[in-house]
Amino acid sequence: MSNSDSEIGDSLLRLARHFQRGETSADGRTLHQIGGRGADVFYRDRWAYDKVVRSTHGVNCTGSCSWKVYVKDGVITWEAQQTDYPSIGPDKPEYEPRGCPRGASFSWYTYSPARVRYPYVRGVLLEYYREAKERLKDPVLAWADIVEDPEKSRRYKAARGMGGFVRAEWWEAAEMVAAAHVHTIKRYGPDRVAGFSPIPAMSMVSHAAGARFVSLVGGSMLSFYDWYADLPVASPQVFGDQTDVPESADWFDAGYLIMWGSNVPVTRTPDAHYMTEARYRGQKVVVVSPDYADNTKFADEWLPARPGTDAALAMSMGHVILREFFVEKTTPYFTDYVKRYTDLPFLVTLTETDDGFVPGKFLTAADLGDLGEGAESKTVLLDAHGTPVVPPGSLGHRFTDSGQGSWNLDLGEVDPLLSVGGDDPVTVALPRFDTAEPGVLRRGVPTRIVAGRRVTTVFDLLLAQYGVRRGDLPGEWPTGYDDASQPYTPAWQEAITGVPAAKAEKIGREFADNAERSQGRSMILMGAGTNHWFHSDQIYRSFLALTMLTGCQGVNGGGWAHYVGQEKCRPITGWATLAFGLDWQRPPRQMQGTIFWYLATDQWRYDPFTSDVMSSPLASGRFAGRTAADNIALASRLGWMPSYPTFNRNPLDLADEAERLGKSAADHVVDGLKSGHLRFACEDPDAPENFPRVLTVWRANLLGSSAKGNEYFLKHLLGTDTNLRARDADGVRPQEVTWREEAPVGKLDLLLSLDFRMTSTTLFSDIVLPAATWYEKHDLSSTDMHPYVHAFSPAISPPWETKTDFEAFHRIARGFSWLAEKHLGKRKDIVAVALTHDTVDATAQPGGRVLDWKTGECEPIPGKTMPRLVVVERDYPAVGEKMAALGPLVEKVGLTTKGVTVHPDEEVEYLKGANGTIATGVAAGRPSLAKDTHAAEAILALSGTTNGRLATEGFRALERRTGTKLADLAAESEGKRITFPDTQARPVPVITSPEWSGSETGGRRYSPFTINTERLKPWHTLTGRQHFFLDHDWMFELGEQLPVFRPPLDMTALFDEPAVGALNGGALEGGVTVRYLTPHSKWSIHSAYQDNLHMLTLSRGGQAIWMSDRDAAKIGVKDNDWIEAVNRNGIVVARAIVSHRMPEGTVFMYHAQDKAVGVPRTESTGKRGGIHNALTRLMIKPSHLIGGYAQQSFALNYHGPTGNQRDEVTTIRRRSQEVQY
Amino acid sequence: MRVMAQLAMVMNLDKCIGCHTCSVTCKQAWTNRGGVEYAWFNNVETRPGQGYPRQYQDQEKWKGGWELNKRGKLTLRTGSRLKRLLNIFANPDLPSVADYYEPWTYDYQNLLSAPPSDTTPTAKPKSSITGEDMKVTWGANWDDDLGGGPEQIGRDPLLGKLSEQVKLEFEQTFMFYLPRICEHCLNPSCAASCPSGAIYKRAEDGIVLVDQDKCRGWRQCVTGCPYKKIYFNHKTGKAEKCTFCYPRVEVGIPTVCSETCVGRLRYIGVLLYDADKVGEAASVRDDKDLYPAQLGVFLNPHDPRVVAEAERAGISPEWIEAAQNSPVYRLIVDYQLALPLHPEYRTMPMVWYVPPLSPVVDVLSETGHDGEEVGNLFGAIDALRIPVEYLAELFTAGDVGPVRASLQRLAAMRAHMRKVNLGEDVDDSIAASVRLAPGEIESMYRLLAIAKYEDRY
Repeated sequence: MSNSDSEIGDSLLRLARHFQRGETSADGRTLHQIGGRGADVFYRDRWAYDKVVRSTHGVNCTGSCSWKVYVKDGVITWEAQQTDYPSIGPDKPEYEPRGCPRGASFSWYTYSPARVRYPYVRGVLLEYYREAKERLKDPVLAWADIVEDPEKSRRYKAARGMGGFVRAEWWEAAEMVAAAHVHTIKRYGPDRVAGFSPIPAMSMVSHAAGARFVSLVGGSMLSFYDWYADLPVASPQVFGDQTDVPESADWFDAGYLIMWGSNVPVTRTPDAHYMTEARYRGQKVVVVSPDYADNTKFADEWLPARPGTDAALAMSMGHVILREFFVEKTTPYFTDYVKRYTDLPFLVTLTETDDGFVPGKFLTAADLGDLGEGAESKTVLLDAHGTPVVPPGSLGHRFTDSGQGSWNLDLGEVDPLLSVGGDDPVTVALPRFDTAEPGVLRRGVPTRIVAGRRVTTVFDLLLAQYGVRRGDLPGEWPTGYDDASQPYTPAWQEAITGVPAAKAEKIGREFADNAERSQGRSMILMGAGTNHWFHSDQIYRSFLALTMLTGCQGVNGGGWAHYVGQEKCRPITGWATLAFGLDWQRPPRQMQGTIFWYLATDQWRYDPFTSDVMSSPLASGRFAGRTAADNIALASRLGWMPSYPTFNRNPLDLADEAERLGKSAADHVVDGLKSGHLRFACEDPDAPENFPRVLTVWRANLLGSSAKGNEYFLKHLLGTDTNLRARDADGVRPQEVTWREEAPVGKLDLLLSLDFRMTSTTLFSDIVLPAATWYEKHDLSSTDMHPYVHAFSPAISPPWETKTDFEAFHRIARGFSWLAEKHLGKRKDIVAVALTHDTVDATAQPGGRVLDWKTGECEPIPGKTMPRLVVVERDYPAVGEKMAALGPLVEKVGLTTKGVTVHPDEEVEYLKGANGTIATGVAAGRPSLAKDTHAAEAILALSGTTNGRLATEGFRALERRTGTKLADLAAESEGKRITFPDTQARPVPVITSPEWSGSETGGRRYSPFTINTERLKPWHTLTGRQHFFLDHDWMFELGEQLPVFRPPLDMTALFDEPAVGALNGGALEGGVTVRYLTPHSKWSIHSAYQDNLHMLTLSRGGQAIWMSDRDAAKIGVKDNDWIEAVNRNGIVVARAIVSHRMPEGTVFMYHAQDKAVGVPRTESTGKRGGIHNALTRLMIKPSHLIGGYAQQSFALNYHGPTGNQRDEVTTIRRRSQEVQY
Repeated sequence: MRVMAQLAMVMNLDKCIGCHTCSVTCKQAWTNRGGVEYAWFNNVETRPGQGYPRQYQDQEKWKGGWELNKRGKLTLRTGSRLKRLLNIFANPDLPSVADYYEPWTYDYQNLLSAPPSDTTPTAKPKSSITGEDMKVTWGANWDDDLGGGPEQIGRDPLLGKLSEQVKLEFEQTFMFYLPRICEHCLNPSCAASCPSGAIYKRAEDGIVLVDQDKCRGWRQCVTGCPYKKIYFNHKTGKAEKCTFCYPRVEVGIPTVCSETCVGRLRYIGVLLYDADKVGEAASVRDDKDLYPAQLGVFLNPHDPRVVAEAERAGISPEWIEAAQNSPVYRLIVDYQLALPLHPEYRTMPMVWYVPPLSPVVDVLSETGHDGEEVGNLFGAIDALRIPVEYLAELFTAGDVGPVRASLQRLAAMRAHMRKVNLGEDVDDSIAASVRLAPGEIESMYRLLAIAKYEDRY
């Protein structure tokens, strides 16, 4: 039978059959061919390769995916995912094949024209250097000659970012770098040297190599997690923990999953399958997102809350849960949970003010008359009989001798009262921020008098805050869910978020109902969409309240799952030891990034308001007239936050001076501060002696990615051209920080970057060193998304003149040491250290009462009312030798992580064997760290997660403090030591360790705080429990003692920007003003991959802004039109992507597209258009500066102001379609 | 009965996250070379959308695939062989580079080599074809995530076929992703279009390949393939296409796109089919009967008669065993979850899809009902954000019945497993409502959710 229609055609085909080997189907449609396929050769050859090497991508991503890198004829050809992750059990989906399109495109970089193949120096600088060196015969003098010459200095700084790179020799570039460091340390002090390199987990050895150099010379490593605004400040506030989250396989354990501002398919691509698969297990999926985001495709319900209003929605869900599960009925599982694991039963004093009663401080043992140690840090609850009890587990038990063995959550026979009950209610005043002017809510709480103080419980306050009425308590209460006038009802939130009240009510109820039925398996995935706001700490507290009330924290399949920038360097102790040189000298300088940049880039000069705009209507006026810079100065001198550069003097000279005067360094500094001879550098950030001078950036693209207020960076830090439109003349003058009429430009003398590709950071650097890629070195990778640690291995040697970060920094260190022989020698350095979390410092300022020694409210006492002052010896000529060997403090003093100390003596012996020892010099006999593999081996050997012996030792140490059983958690792995070759062979599951709060013991999935809930180990907070209530003075001042809704900042009120929705506002005729959000992109990991041709081809091929079809229509914009986005901070040129998936009034400019690719000049200035951060800037929230008090104490990347950017607006218009590059 | 073996693929669109990893790994492995810069053997499209190349599904315009002529006989849509021979030098139905996109690169070198200037260097876009400056105006994935909005998305050829107009507005937004490779059809119109006889279907596994020695670059196959999955290499002058990674599958490794799929949504398996029935099945009159007709071509590998015939046809015991363990067979035949892509093209495609459930049920939740309760959801499947009619245009020539049945099974599985998950009493009526036993629904769950590597391939 023939179905073909043409006789001629058929006959032709029949004829053809005779010439073909094979078989044509009877109807002539199909040719089946067997054998003799010479033509197959092409694709077979294409597939052929010589070897496959396991490596991964050292990118700022939590993927940590293991990859196969294919090599043919010595050339990397392509990559594909490894699929050999050890199984997580027969009833769970596996981690294979982790990866994403970005990682899959990586090998493009290896041979791309954007690859940095040689060292580069800007021509004008190199010329000056060569001339000066020729003349002065000394690299250090030559560097000084340039940077101390105002005209030369101005010229090379003004040329930054303007092309003109020339190739240099490695030795010469390294010599310049070394000379810059030596000169800066000698002239200004080591704390004028800074290093920026984020996310150690993504390549621990590479991070540690540079950080070790910076730390050993006395420079400061800058924090990144808070600076990126990825740190959820609510985490330290509530949990006393930096961030600890479930691995992605634990999503599969959840019965109810809300993805809230976390677009999992895009930002957690390798993990997203656990969400899609968990739905098949009957998991209900809810998405809260202002746009129809990628994850919405999987949602059972979509709640399109307006940007930044998420806390209103969450508060209303909390309202429903409190009413239905705590008041109208009791839910035994919830009640039992909150009594044991939260601060809800703890007593809070009520203070009477002009406004009536307000919540004051936690009642402590000291209030009950206890004069013993730690009494001021021991909180109090009532037992079932109403008797005050000081239960174990609070901060007062953590560091005291008498607390040994009693820092635990064992309540024994005590059954705490959640509510004080009784018949003596009073009305408390609580702030509300949902109205145009902040207002006051007056709602009743039951009270009692205990030890002469009127007290209530946190639970009682919480019900008042959420507007859930019991009985006939006085005050104004919502009449029901449909009462839109009163916070925090479902109807009230509808007006704010746009989410129907019935839906908010239903989701809140379902979340709790699922938690009750599943004993805590309701989970919220939360991410940048809710965490990058100025008031994100409040948004998060409103989320965390939902998980704590329903008993979901510390339960597999339940609780928070914060996924933005969270990373997890699992072998943390080993990495930290190497990175901060803790094996040789302590303490290192660790600086809070946001504060550093805010001052260094002079953004503080541009605030047209003072911090009291954020105050509670009930505030006492502490912030009146104070700028953010004033608050930073206070936080620095009170020891809350680190402060580097520290003083207006070189700390080496200060140490010499003290010695000359025969005084202790601390006394000398305190005397100087008291007399006013010595000042904190942050009190005069624009004085030349207080500038940061040398900055090294590696594994990062600061200026193309994270630099909020990018144009301020370009102007003040670098001294080059900008599109900045704001004027500092409009800035409010600080009270105590010196205002100089002329703002400095070009503070930095050296910007050094190490990279393998050209970015905005390399484009603006003075010196660029060519780095090896991730397929060209040895390193280690880990993440919190999966439980493995695995290796980078070189598929090829670093090509051209590229070098690994490890090799580059060792080279710089050797050069530095050589120059230091003549110019520095051995010196003493005074290091000022902030009062530190997880140490006894956390009890330094009890009650969170702010006492300023400068105004005479107390004495300046180092370590108590001001930073600790520690003298560190710097043997500068020995820096190179110390870099390359493991120092003696490892076993001598031990290694401490989160308050747990271990003594790795056996490990040092092991490393001597594994790595070999150093023959001569200061490190004679010590284990070698001369190779990157040595460093990797040391990191693994010195961490509990990768060395069972240390995990067990750590748990034993912790057992002595808690008095509970813990060591068995690691016992199954006591003899297990993960070596570097193990990680090269296959990803290796880590060991349960006291370094983290969850357990993998017995092969279970990691979920945070399971050790707390199951082993009664306290959280690292004041009460030892999870906190709803925060009683620091400044939390009261801000009105944020309890979770509260705070709307996005009003940029019209603060900065006079046009209102959202305004047409023809601001500087742009024909423009529309919109909310400006910068979510994470599908086509890049921050700025990595955005310049990769494959990603550019699959996206729109350059900077783009997504806007709704409705907004586009208002300004006559069609898809792919060129547009300009302008606000006071800068100008962006981009193409428009018009889409109906975008809500009206909001645009997305996906984060970090960088301007190195295809960004034209602006129409208005003729200069290169800016990046996404050209439209943003920094603003400092006062509460993030709090320190010296319980969980609100500083630790690097743990607590500090965030570099948030989401509250911004911009005006967009269609521009001329002819663009110039 | 003439038993033949075919390697087939099923993609579960309900799990596709639209990440494009498959596209990139495929690109890197196979087509990151001159002449095929614009070619994506594997691409992923956001639906609704125009796809790649633009509006390829509009066969009125592109004339791909087969149709029935007036006498009810199968004929290439491009017309008779004679007509095609006459057009061989000026094929009017060939997509131009603008329909795919003009491939481009950037002047990356400028970033390092730019002399001192008045502003920051940038790498501007350059055409990979002409080397000249260009403005990027279209790409391989231009309407990703509904980029382009109503104006562009509205040109999706399928939208025009729906009885009710779909509103492309924020409140009604829906989307899903459609990854595509060559369909390795049982009745490939590309092969039938080739004047040189250069396209063949491998007898042992059904992979459709272009013989690179025989291809004369007539490009009739590009027109003939309704999926536009044959690409013309403008440097070699030959046609190229997805090879189902035969150098890999021959040694027992899955295709690159499958193994690297992080959504874990691709399944590869062997299907046995009756080659004698293909022509007949492809010729059924009503387009809507094509899906059941194609199902009818597949043979039950557990049937001893089929096994005997297969052995007689020289199919190895390993292949017969593979057919018996085939996840693809289970998804297509046992559970009838997977459906063919555009059966109306009559090529008998062999890459099938589980439709996306998309359970946002606004209609129900607005009334306060739980949309996920299985009883409610069954009733509401027609009210889901992704219109069932749209899916039917993709998979069943417009017949909503099979799509609805597939979605109901997914919904029922979720409802059944929720009880298991929460440790509550299992309600056997849920499985029964979709004609499955509780054990079957749990096996189906394991295949879809647990989906171990060895169970996917």
